[in-house]
Amino acid sequence: MECLVYIKVYDAPKVDKKEILRYAGVLCDNDEINATLDSCIAEAENTLSYKLCYSRYPVRVEGDRVDLGFASLMSYSLANRLKDCCEVLLFCATVGHGIDRLIARYSVVSPARAVMLQAFGSERVEALCDAFCADIAVEEAERGCKTKPRFSPGYGDLPLELQRDIFTLLDCQKRIGVTLSGDMFMTPTKSVTAIIGIQKEK
Amino acid sequence: MKITEFLKKNILFLDGGTGTLLQSAGLAPGELPERWNLTHPDVICDIHKSYFDAGSNIVCTNTFGANSLKYSNVELKEIITAAVANARRAAGESLGSQPKWVALDIGPTGRMLKPLGDLDFEDAVAVFAETVRLGVRCGVDLIFIETMSDSYETKAALLAAKENSCLPVFVLNAYGSDGKLTTGADPLSMIALLEGMGADAIGVNCSLGPEALMPVIDQYLKYSSLPIIMKPNAGLPRLEKEKTFYDLSADAFARDLTDAAKRGVSILGGCCGTTPEYIASIVERTKGIKPLPVTEKEYTLVSSYTHAVVFGESPVLIGERINPTGKPRFKEALRSGEIDYLLREGIAEEEAGAHILDVNVGLPEINEADMLSKTVTALQTVTDLPLQIDTSDSAAMERALRLYNGKAMINSVNGKAESMAAVFPLAKKYGGLVVALTLDENGIPKTAEGRVEIAKRILAEAEKYGISRKNLIFDPLAMAVSADKNAAKETLRAVKQITEELRAHTSLGVSNVSFGLPERDIINSSYFTMALSGGLSAAILNPHSPEMMKAYRAYLALAGLDDNFENYIDLASSLTQSAPKKSDVCEEIDLKKAITKGMKDQAASLTRSLLKEKEPLEIINGDIVPALDEVGDGYEKKTVYLPGLLMSAEAAGAAFEVIKASMPEGASADKCRIVLATVKGDIHDIGKNIVKLILENYGHKVFDLGKDVPPEEIVREAKRLGADIVGLSALMTTTVPAMKEAIRLLRRSFPECKIIVGGAVLTEEYARTIGADFYGKDAMEAVKYAESVLKIGQR
Repeated sequence: MECLVYIKVYDAPKVDKKEILRYAGVLCDNDEINATLDSCIAEAENTLSYKLCYSRYPVRVEGDRVDLGFASLMSYSLANRLKDCCEVLLFCATVGHGIDRLIARYSVVSPARAVMLQAFGSERVEALCDAFCADIAVEEAERGCKTKPRFSPGYGDLPLELQRDIFTLLDCQKRIGVTLSGDMFMTPTKSVTAIIGIQKEK
Repeated sequence: MKITEFLKKNILFLDGGTGTLLQSAGLAPGELPERWNLTHPDVICDIHKSYFDAGSNIVCTNTFGANSLKYSNVELKEIITAAVANARRAAGESLGSQPKWVALDIGPTGRMLKPLGDLDFEDAVAVFAETVRLGVRCGVDLIFIETMSDSYETKAALLAAKENSCLPVFVLNAYGSDGKLTTGADPLSMIALLEGMGADAIGVNCSLGPEALMPVIDQYLKYSSLPIIMKPNAGLPRLEKEKTFYDLSADAFARDLTDAAKRGVSILGGCCGTTPEYIASIVERTKGIKPLPVTEKEYTLVSSYTHAVVFGESPVLIGERINPTGKPRFKEALRSGEIDYLLREGIAEEEAGAHILDVNVGLPEINEADMLSKTVTALQTVTDLPLQIDTSDSAAMERALRLYNGKAMINSVNGKAESMAAVFPLAKKYGGLVVALTLDENGIPKTAEGRVEIAKRILAEAEKYGISRKNLIFDPLAMAVSADKNAAKETLRAVKQITEELRAHTSLGVSNVSFGLPERDIINSSYFTMALSGGLSAAILNPHSPEMMKAYRAYLALAGLDDNFENYIDLASSLTQSAPKKSDVCEEIDLKKAITKGMKDQAASLTRSLLKEKEPLEIINGDIVPALDEVGDGYEKKTVYLPGLLMSAEAAGAAFEVIKASMPEGASADKCRIVLATVKGDIHDIGKNIVKLILENYGHKVFDLGKDVPPEEIVREAKRLGADIVGLSALMTTTVPAMKEAIRLLRRSFPECKIIVGGAVLTEEYARTIGADFYGKDAMEAVKYAESVLKIGQR
């Protein structure tokens, strides 16, 4: 298939240990926890790859109805988020399968490490999304546009079923190796799909 | 003419991309291109015809995503029928004089297979099988499996093709810029897998341009004995004025592919961004070039889902610890279905330096076929080492080989006619490196010459099945030297003769040699060194034996196989460091502290020394449980957090494992019997694993059914195991109905058991609505509930 969808590969964004500990539910750290975290990061770092694919679509919002061209749906929260937007950027981001394999392995030998790796993976994919959204904001500003904060299926009343359309459109498997299960799980698990509203600045 | 015949003398031309052409003909984003076979047959036919006109020998039907996951059976049949008719019509209408064939195109399902995803391997095989059967019925000339980015899905597709057709099968994988498939397989592992299963030609397509794919192609050319296919993109896509272009022109693309042809690639085509013009350029440029002959390579390979192990370069260590023989604790784990115990053995062997793991789970009282396939699948979620499947039950062997993600070692065949008749067909169908024991109906010959004779007979018989020398590895059987002083010597002579005269690889279960002697490691390690210098390619051994690993590392250093002596120096420094460290740690802290601080190794070694002075129960009640209570308290008061709680639980688990090992077989003081499962559709199991660990810490017997478990299986197992409590976990709203169903079935046919539920989407109220007895907010809550059930039971 021809690529109307773009692929972007990032270098590792800066690691935020506080954020990882927050995901792991640790509010106050100690030496043992920090040592475990450091060794988890060291082990997992090299298994990660930071990939995205994305594409732009026109959008029309009328009341709670959002018409994305490829799909038309009722969602108060998305309509609210896309108010005054003329275009959306749809993306899928992933840090790859490596961390899932490590999590599976440590679920058997060390659930403490598994929890840390889960948290690390979540922090990584969010950091990737942050880096990408920041770049897009700059790009759009150059075109005289403003971007809205990203919004994902499952947030608010935005149906998870939208994932199917997103996966068909972006062809995430072929582009960055992300697949969708029958129950709408993404594999690799440390993956994110989201919509960014783009608004023309007046 | 047959394609395979044509290939011997000619370069074979494939078609190019269709996506661009379809989009310019009006295919909308998100629209399924396969439907155009029915709605726009002329457009599809024209595209095919333009490729035939350009000189393509093979055109792929427009069926990339035509499978039963995307289309109903009725529509699927219509689509494939129309797709084949469109391609046939194009072949008929084209004026090109070259031989023309129509290939059934098969792309990925779009779903990820278990364990990473939710699609069952056999379901994937069934999906591909349906497409293959329809294609065959419509009269395609070959099967074309392409753009596969996962080794396991590739195996499912190839298996379906082989089981449902006699047509040639071409298999193409999509490699990333790191030279690997998305799920991690490198070229060598794919070559091992695909050749083993009998693909007719293999290669690469999509994802990158020709130049970026050359390193992958070089691997294919070096290691594969099959014709190689290259069908790359037209370079890299770039954006210009809101349109996508590829950076290679038809001429530049054809130049790169012509270079590839000169290096031995004999099947050429294009993928994304290429058009009939590109194919015409390749045909033009390669005029007069004859394909290089495809030669038989002599590499002996086995593989996992990430990498291959090559025999004959550096000695290969096969870990022998996943085997119940003489291990009461291991037997108990098998009987109670405690697969995690087996997995931990495997991981420990990997950490100790094994390259391949032998897997033997045979025990008279268990269903070996079930247990073996479960263990093989589970091992492949936690370790990427290739496996050696070890069973004499050929049904168990077949199921395990089928489900194995890679090319396995098969342990074993021997010179008995019956054994060869059972094992060789499996090796031929699924691929594999067969361990061949040099014994037959008359037993084990005393002399080396006798064993070599059997090896020759095995070689000849294997040949009849099309299994070549490189896919056999001979085990000339290490015998107890204490029973016959010449036994060790004869086996070594056999190793040498098989290596030199038969030019085949050898493997030995080295430690048998010392049977009946004291301090066996001394004899074993020396014998190992002698065998290695005699040419031994692999050994089955205990990688935790320091003497064996010393012998191995020393051999590498002396045989010129250890660059800069890195391996050896590693070993040496670990020896000098480890001794004093242990004792000073032991003096400083006690078991209770080791557990509260989450120090796993110390907890185990402290327990070991405590066992010399105290009774097991005294240690449990006096040290372990108070430490756990302290941490549990802290967790409830929010001074200890989840990772801290788990680190302590793991340390306590290590202490328990030491105590368990010291107790006689069968003696255990389990409290509740608890069955845990993550419900169907849900593949998240970390929460369940946490609950399991903590429950076990408090002395409950936990049976873990794993993730994505159907309601019927939960009920069946709960009844079989006599569960006091069933614990169910679900993370996502979409899987709660499966939980509800499991509860409904449990209530109906197993009302005496208690049900506890937990997971991110559940609340106390919701738990009540779906009929659970208890909502476990976290692991500690689950423990409290289990303790309360126990009290009621005791009353």
